[in-house]
Amino acid sequence: MQDALQALAERVRAAAERRRPLRPEGGGTKAFYGNAVEAEPLDTRSHAGIVSYEPSELVVTARCGTPLAEVEAALAEKRQFLAFEPPHFGARATLGGCVAAGLSGPRRASAGALRDFVLGTRLLDGRGRVLAFGGQVMKNVAGYDVSRLLAGSLGTLGVILEVSFKVLPKPACERTLKLELPEGRAIETLNRWMAQPLPISASAWRDGELSLRLSGAESAVRAAAAKLGGVPLDEEQGDRLWAGVREQTDAFFAGETPLWRLSLPSTVPPLGFPGTQLIEWGGALRWWKTGADAATVRGAAERAGGHATLFRGGDRSAGSFAPLAPALERLHRDLKAAFDPAGIFNPGRLYPGL
Amino acid sequence: MGNAFPDVEIQRSVAKKLREFLPARAVLWQEEDTRPYECDGLTAYRGLPMVVALPETGEQVRRVLAACHAMEVPVVPRGAGTGLSGGALPRGDGVLLSMAKFMRILRVDPLARVAVVQPGVRNAAVSDAAAPFGLYYAPDPSSQIACTLGGNVAENSGGVHCLKYGLTVHNVLALKGFTIEGEAVSFGAEALDAPGYDLLALAIGSEGMLAVTTEITLRLLPKPPLARVIMASFDDVERAGNAVADVIAAGIVPAGLEMMDRPATRAAEEFVRAGYDLEAAAILLCESDGTSEEVEDEIARMKAILQRSGATRLTVSRDEAERLRFWSGRKAAFPAMGRISPDYYCMDGTIPRRRLGEVLGFIGEMERKYGLRCPNVFHAGDGNLHPLILFDANVAGELERTERFAAEVLEKCVAVGGTITGEHGVGVEKINQMCVQFGAGELELFHAVKRAFDARGLLNPGKAVPTLARCAEYRRMHVHGGKLPHPELPRF
Repeated sequence: MQDALQALAERVRAAAERRRPLRPEGGGTKAFYGNAVEAEPLDTRSHAGIVSYEPSELVVTARCGTPLAEVEAALAEKRQFLAFEPPHFGARATLGGCVAAGLSGPRRASAGALRDFVLGTRLLDGRGRVLAFGGQVMKNVAGYDVSRLLAGSLGTLGVILEVSFKVLPKPACERTLKLELPEGRAIETLNRWMAQPLPISASAWRDGELSLRLSGAESAVRAAAAKLGGVPLDEEQGDRLWAGVREQTDAFFAGETPLWRLSLPSTVPPLGFPGTQLIEWGGALRWWKTGADAATVRGAAERAGGHATLFRGGDRSAGSFAPLAPALERLHRDLKAAFDPAGIFNPGRLYPGL
Repeated sequence: MGNAFPDVEIQRSVAKKLREFLPARAVLWQEEDTRPYECDGLTAYRGLPMVVALPETGEQVRRVLAACHAMEVPVVPRGAGTGLSGGALPRGDGVLLSMAKFMRILRVDPLARVAVVQPGVRNAAVSDAAAPFGLYYAPDPSSQIACTLGGNVAENSGGVHCLKYGLTVHNVLALKGFTIEGEAVSFGAEALDAPGYDLLALAIGSEGMLAVTTEITLRLLPKPPLARVIMASFDDVERAGNAVADVIAAGIVPAGLEMMDRPATRAAEEFVRAGYDLEAAAILLCESDGTSEEVEDEIARMKAILQRSGATRLTVSRDEAERLRFWSGRKAAFPAMGRISPDYYCMDGTIPRRRLGEVLGFIGEMERKYGLRCPNVFHAGDGNLHPLILFDANVAGELERTERFAAEVLEKCVAVGGTITGEHGVGVEKINQMCVQFGAGELELFHAVKRAFDARGLLNPGKAVPTLARCAEYRRMHVHGGKLPHPELPRF
């Protein structure tokens, strides 16, 4: 493993010297995400394997090239899991790519985001140095929280070599319910329910139908199901439904229409674009399949207090991600220079010039 | 650092500059007025600020920062001054920026479950304001009746419920504030994420070194309808530690999981009469919260596990009054030490829980080596230790012995794979131990991150991240095994 790391570090140092851009890549399952990058691929899969897993400490540490499925399988053996339910978007997904993309799945609104579970990282920076931040303990405020900064940085700050995650026990019981509700009422009802001590762990609304997942102690799930009503799905149907939402294999995501991801305050009323929509996270995440232009979609998201990402397809000329305010843009540039002074990692993937 | 007396000429010109836009009562520079700001909760370190500024509006904060930046005068932000690592220690050549007047809760939105507050709002006041809606703010540091949200953000404060509910970083949605140049910045959003790098996570826990916060958006949670706590006695500290691992390995994440050793329970019991078992070598407080169905299930399961793990006595709180009484001893552990010792020094290391027995054994050795007592309270669920060294600052050499004791324990925490600070921050206190936890590369990167926000190094300089030169000096002094050359010499 030391050899593989050595080789990666040498590639980085050589690239920095020649100012030749690199594109760190695991299984390539999230290559569609973000702006196109012209760079040599840097395959991270040689640096792989679970380094340590202590179920009673609730911590797993693994190298970037480890298949995400391998990590999840090891956790499942001890009835634990990654509570933010990261999307794989393909069997070859790796842990490094998962952290670099920073995406969280259906449980995000109740359990927290990927970055909330990151305890520590090892990073190969733009000078080819191996640096360690955070650690393998639950609480750690020594130094700036670089590990969480790396989550979602799309490989623009360095090669994420190793990650320690907080893991959680799998819920003892899960049940999925389906309810008929129009969009506006679904959003309001979800917000009201999530302000109550109910074990809601996921929600997905589409076409007047709300799917709701309850997770927790069997007694709590049973009591909540009785209170909320609706039609229960059997376990297999429920699992299939949430996997379809998490992995975007659900029929909603099929087709060529551009897919927008709108992250909004959960109480924002229906936006009413032309196109079709799937609402997750209790109203805080709205997937739109629409041909509306970027300015329209971004303008609406911004007026509502959120932002819009062109997630799949469409015309990327306006950039995949919502533009930053000038003060933040400057901070982004200066931070990028701190980690990657030669600007070799994934230039432009997140924003032009970054 | 910070000990030099202010230069009178510069002091006058800085005060004059700030008076251009702040009222007279908001600019303090006479010693009788600045003396109350000489230290935070870590009273061993003191220094008079050159000038204290007490702005009331965001615009005033912006102008203080811009003016200090233009004059190249350092700025030290301060909340309630309850911090335990000297993060708000003033500088004789700097302005202390007190955010105490930012006391308003701007908005509570029960449907969206958010509260927007100013940084001088006390932690406990948020839950009070949210209570009528059945909501609360989860992080509950033990100083919560006094500490402010601005300080919580700076330190990424935790509390006794963070294994289940997270730290400040997990419960803040957005920050607004200013850079040292007086440029307005906003990190995060009322949505669950924001575009670009996660500057919100970077700013939280940055010890007031990257930006000054003027507005904080907090996530509120529904208040669990019921909470009950088990008090479990053990005749051996390590067995108690193993019981914690057994509870977690069984798939339970308790709402709170705390340990106190006998010296700590005795001190607390004398102080607040919490009803602790004083015969036990250690007690665990193990809390469950949720609906009544969930709590009854979980309490039954936890009782069975604790019993199997060797608990000698189990008591479950019967009602809310008794639950609060069980917690009162834990929450009053620090002041309880103040009753049995003229001074105490609180450490904050975090370790992998499985190394608990080893680390407690090491602390026992250090008690003998330095001739000082050290009761232990422990956020057992998340491995965060608070050993409390008892000393008397009026006895020559005791403070220095205490500092060396603490340094050895923190370095032991690093050696077993933990960290020098779980929730109190580095501040000035643990700055040498940063050299043990991090190498030159990491420290260089921290300085580069700092420069991205504050190129001239004027915002709370000298805290949290040591210079490489300081670390080189510390490493040179610091021979293996924690033994300094010439241990008889006082070092400050």
